[in-house]
Amino acid sequence: MNRLLHNRSTLPGALLTLIFAGAALISLVWVPYDTTVLNIADRMKLPSLAHPFGTDQFGRDILSMLMVGARTSIAVALVAVGIGMLAGVPLGLAAAARKGSLPDEIIMRTNDLVFAFPSLLIAVMITAVFGASALNAIIAIGIFNIPVFARLTRGAALTLWSREYVMAARVAGKGAARISLEHILPNVTNLLIVQGTIQFSLGILAEAGLSYVGLGAQPPTASWGRMLADSQTMISLAPHLAIFPGMAILLTVLGLNLLGDGLRDLLDPRLRRART
Amino acid sequence: MSLLEIEDLSLEIHGEAILKNVSMQVEPGRVLGVIGESGSGKSMTAFSVLQLLPNGSVSRGRIALSGRDILNASEKDLCSMRGRDVGMVFQEPMTALNPLQTIGAQVAETILVHERVPKAEALARAADALRRAELPADRFPLTRYPHELSGGQRQRVVIAMAIALRPKLLIADEPTTALDVTTQAQILDLLKRLVAEDGMGLMLISHDLAVVADLADDLVIMRSGEVVESGPAHGLFRNMKHPYSRALLEASGHVPDRNGAAQETALLKVNSVTREYQTHTHGWWGRTTHVRAVDTVSFEIRKGESLGLVGESGCGKSTLTRAILGLEEIQGGEILLDGTPVVSHHRVNRDIRRRMQVVFQDPYGSFNPRWRVDRLITEPFHLLDNPPRGPDRDAAVAEALESVGLGAGDSRKYIHEFSGGQRQRIAIARALIIKPDLIILDEAVSALDVSVRAQVLDLLAGLADRFGLTYLFISHDLSVVRSITERVLVMKSGQIVEEGPTDSVFDKPQHAYTKQLVAAAPVLPADVA
Repeated sequence: MNRLLHNRSTLPGALLTLIFAGAALISLVWVPYDTTVLNIADRMKLPSLAHPFGTDQFGRDILSMLMVGARTSIAVALVAVGIGMLAGVPLGLAAAARKGSLPDEIIMRTNDLVFAFPSLLIAVMITAVFGASALNAIIAIGIFNIPVFARLTRGAALTLWSREYVMAARVAGKGAARISLEHILPNVTNLLIVQGTIQFSLGILAEAGLSYVGLGAQPPTASWGRMLADSQTMISLAPHLAIFPGMAILLTVLGLNLLGDGLRDLLDPRLRRART
Repeated sequence: MSLLEIEDLSLEIHGEAILKNVSMQVEPGRVLGVIGESGSGKSMTAFSVLQLLPNGSVSRGRIALSGRDILNASEKDLCSMRGRDVGMVFQEPMTALNPLQTIGAQVAETILVHERVPKAEALARAADALRRAELPADRFPLTRYPHELSGGQRQRVVIAMAIALRPKLLIADEPTTALDVTTQAQILDLLKRLVAEDGMGLMLISHDLAVVADLADDLVIMRSGEVVESGPAHGLFRNMKHPYSRALLEASGHVPDRNGAAQETALLKVNSVTREYQTHTHGWWGRTTHVRAVDTVSFEIRKGESLGLVGESGCGKSTLTRAILGLEEIQGGEILLDGTPVVSHHRVNRDIRRRMQVVFQDPYGSFNPRWRVDRLITEPFHLLDNPPRGPDRDAAVAEALESVGLGAGDSRKYIHEFSGGQRQRIAIARALIIKPDLIILDEAVSALDVSVRAQVLDLLAGLADRFGLTYLFISHDLSVVRSITERVLVMKSGQIVEEGPTDSVFDKPQHAYTKQLVAAAPVLPADVA
């Protein structure tokens, strides 16, 4: 913990992440203004004491919208990373345990196939076919997280399989599944946590991108990406409509990336030793 | 005036004292051997000479190279000194070279850094340096990459880099530790010749008394950052004063006491075992080639016997180990423990496997860092149908730990809390816990310091007598094999080339390869101690 606070990138990263996670959590019980109520009289107000970030073209409070939008972004990204880890990590472990075998080739070549398509493009296709909704966005982003985690896990697991403690476990008669669970998985979690934070930030970006083109969360659910899209036509009249959601996306992604970098430095024993 | 003078050198890193009042001299044309166990500060002394120390280092004292003060020299002066006046050879030839550059470019780089010469000239001089390191350009063109060379050849490239500018001083830090015995002998000969030819001083750092004894004119023995004894090698070996030096010398030639005698019945029988590997030369559809790692090997181990298996890296001894343990299937022949095959119908026989255990070489890599000791050493319980639980398990853990000289209180610790020697004891405890008949020791003491090694060998000998264990002792180190085994097998390119009682094989080797091995093994002077 002490080291966590002394790392140059972890602290600001963790603070930014905490602010946005906190905002999302608070929005579950309380927001300054109801975001489903339109108040045309107050539309496009500049930031003031009553509305710290101003109001949008329908008179909704932008701060409240951002808080509710944080919830959407975090939920989509979290579930998408979850899908990627739950499917990708076992696949990677299995591929590493049977390196060079047919299952390994099938898993890794399927990964290559998924990797070969630009992720956002396929996400657009999935939502276009199955309808635009937050759920479909989650599934689309989640599918693209699977090969990322599968590859990472396989690579790290392969080096662990040549360790002598794995050999000792094999001498103790343990099977590949058990060794993967007891010896390999605990020793790749560091990597997975780090990659998880990075994929999390990419998930937020992807959700914002999908919502921006109208394929993510649908109204009345607030979403940062759609707030940006809605404000686009009015950017010269009321730039704050675009600036605040844009800043929210930028700072969250920055925060998560910094946190991921910091965690990597912290958890990688080689880098740790190099610093001390 | 000496070439290198170190006087009262003290070194602190982050306030921790690493070196205390170290003094030594290197004369031109002479070899200074620096001996010490891990943590003795011998490498840090070498790095002090080059001023390549970690951050937070504070040195006091005096280091002078040809009379020039090094401790107060500017970084710019130091850069021009490193490589030009002082060359360095590292332990690990596999990582000391850049895998993406040709050997010619890497040797030429040293020249280009220090002298403004055209690239062609630098390459010509690089070729000359490689020739002096016995890598003639007609057989080893400058365009070779490091991965195309063997370990010994790579170490020659590293030496060529170090001597390219004909430095006055060469520092070699464990230059042969990672190499096979015969290669080691060649590299040591090369270093000796270079010292004689160029008249440079050589500082040879090693943990191995025998390696240094052969080469050094002067000796320095270090322990925990201090020089305990120094002087001309000839006199020092015969007349060691400090108890630590004497203990070190004794430990190097230590022979543990054995009481138990081998029985007549065979425990393990290996009958014409063959293991082939298939490799695809060009991707999936390329031509397949077969490599025979183990080629019709037959031998047997009697109950209670200690059998040695000697061979250099790549001879197939590790493959053979894995085959005996049932971790790899064999293509031909059979492996029987007490008359029952280890593998039948492609399935490993659990009853047989629980009677064999293994101890590996690396005390750092053979434990899952996230487990506690009790969980680590009870892992073989997985082989039992009814593994002990609760108090029975705790009693088994305590018994295993106590039999290797550790306490039951160590069972809740993590592995990083132990030293290398203690870890190897824990590895032995893990092998002992299910009371096997056969323990395979795969280079089990090779990574340990000599004094720790002697203790572990004593432990192994004691355990064998107490539990009636049978050992298969695999090692590249002839002196260790000689001290603990009764019979020995010599393996080369997948085949057993010689077999017999250990003493007679080593004293009167029959096969040409065995003769070569025995001749190459460094030995302490005969009249010592």
